Amino acid sequence: MQAITRERPDRRYCMPDPLASMTDETIIAQIPPSSRVLDLGCGDGRLLKRLRDTHGASVQGIELDRRQIVGALQNGVPVVCADLDRGLAGFPDRSFDFAVLSKTLQQVRHPRVILHEMLRVAKQSLVVVPNFGHWRVRLGLLLWGSAPKTEALPYEWYDTPNLHFMSINDFRALVEVVGGHIVRELAMIGGNAVEGAWAPNLRAENALYVLERKPV
Amino acid sequence: MSTEVATPESIEWVDATRVDATSVGIVSTQFATLFEPPHEMTLVTGAKLGPVRVAYETYGELSRERDNAIFVCHALTGDAHVAGRHAPTSRKPGWWDELVGPGKGLDTNRYFVICANVLGGCQGTTGPNCIDPKTGKPFGSQFPFLTVGDFVQVHSALVRHLGIEKLLAVIGGSLGGMQVLDWAAQFPGQIRAAVCLASAARLTAQGIAFNCVGRRAIRTDPNFHSGDYYDQPVGPDHGLGLARMVAHITYLSEASIEKKFGRRLQHGDHFAYELLHETEFQIESYLHHQGSRFVERFDANSYLYLTRAMDYFDLEKSYGTLERALGRTEARFLITSYTTDWLFPTIQSRELVDALVAARRHVSFVELTSPFGHDSFLLEVEPLQELLQPFLEQTYMEARRHCGEGI
Repeated sequence: MQAITRERPDRRYCMPDPLASMTDETIIAQIPPSSRVLDLGCGDGRLLKRLRDTHGASVQGIELDRRQIVGALQNGVPVVCADLDRGLAGFPDRSFDFAVLSKTLQQVRHPRVILHEMLRVAKQSLVVVPNFGHWRVRLGLLLWGSAPKTEALPYEWYDTPNLHFMSINDFRALVEVVGGHIVRELAMIGGNAVEGAWAPNLRAENALYVLERKPV
Repeated sequence: MSTEVATPESIEWVDATRVDATSVGIVSTQFATLFEPPHEMTLVTGAKLGPVRVAYETYGELSRERDNAIFVCHALTGDAHVAGRHAPTSRKPGWWDELVGPGKGLDTNRYFVICANVLGGCQGTTGPNCIDPKTGKPFGSQFPFLTVGDFVQVHSALVRHLGIEKLLAVIGGSLGGMQVLDWAAQFPGQIRAAVCLASAARLTAQGIAFNCVGRRAIRTDPNFHSGDYYDQPVGPDHGLGLARMVAHITYLSEASIEKKFGRRLQHGDHFAYELLHETEFQIESYLHHQGSRFVERFDANSYLYLTRAMDYFDLEKSYGTLERALGRTEARFLITSYTTDWLFPTIQSRELVDALVAARRHVSFVELTSPFGHDSFLLEVEPLQELLQPFLEQTYMEARRHCGEGI
């Protein structure tokens, strides 16, 4: 736990996650070859590098942390330093096939704005959200009356990059608010990505969403 | 064009007698003559110019594959002498010695670094202070009008003259950054990477305003003689010095001036109450010093030509849109801006980034935190190096991979 606390400053948009490679795998499976992909909070560009090298994707990362940016450059991934809280104003509408936001939504100040921006700049958006409605989190709160702290959410409440705590149900409601449409929902349960899972709001640690703008 | 391709034997290697391990050592300026009649260059205005003598320096060694060359574009008043010293007794090393050398950001153990004085730049390359072969007199006011595109045309020809088909990278800050952008648009296939620091696709109106004051100072100097002052005992030194003083303020930031000088007085702790006392405050003395040092090394006509070229530079105007201008090249871009730079503010770099993203180019961008204003690109070498090293390394690896595939 100690080590994680110390590492945190350079992981603002990149939560340490034992299931990271599985999440990447699930994201990559949604993206056809040769797509143009934007990764918001791309960290050291690990996902984009794979998409470029194995999928022939044209990639672009956005990251705020300088050390992560150097990492992305070391991976040969193009990365623009920007604060997601300021939106993507300069990027034209539908200039990407996919925009990816992996476990970052809970860390931005204005989740509604960034989701709206993603739906604007990309034809499809891939969003991975941690599910704070998971039964372990609920049980912890019920039994000990303390803020959630699990393997997937290892932070003390007073020292965490997570600004918002949402559940799968909450996220679905937000998608509605920004005029989005859920094309696919994959619940990540015990290391598997399950489409149409039973009671995902109780059982999923994370969920991956494929979103589109609702046709006007 | 009379740019005969040099064989490796004909390239004169700089004898770098290494003094310290991180310096390129003792270097010397070399000269190439390009665009010899009847193959004169055609300037953007349509005028012809030739021959053009180019002063340049090189550091490191060109690889056998000739794929490791990096061209440095200097800013407004720079020269070809980027790194090392001209003699063991030289007072100062080259202007970007901190970045160029063994193990440094532009690592001369790996890369072959080239820098040339710009056309019209008065530091060895043909300019208004040089003899016009047609008249046997200095060009002076007869020197043709120049643009950034013309600078780049000469650089590009020099690169070919050195037997290099494709540069690994071209890098520059400020007016140097404008040359980098122009290069990407004008010779898109000649570069693999473009590094543009503290620059923009156009100078702001505020920037033009400051240039205007500088030029006015030179033109109204009684020793200017409409630009034909070379046979006079004194040139427009006063005007040129004044121009430099104004410009120098634009290179600093309010915070850096405050920190370096504050309101401290030059002589003692008390006001002199003497109106003709020109250097009462330390900042005044500093600017005067900058002005008088500048006239020792720079030509007033060059200052007029180069600042005008800077004012005119406008990629959007030349190519329709920025996206179209920068979308022509396959090169990777690295762009940096600096928090306290108000001459080339971050928003202008963001404009470049947005255009490159829209054009689906490979672009990386960082706004670096620095108190030094526009001068930051020269002074904040360490954070730049941290970005530049992996960026160049990856570009180089990618280039070699492609060569291996025979593409």
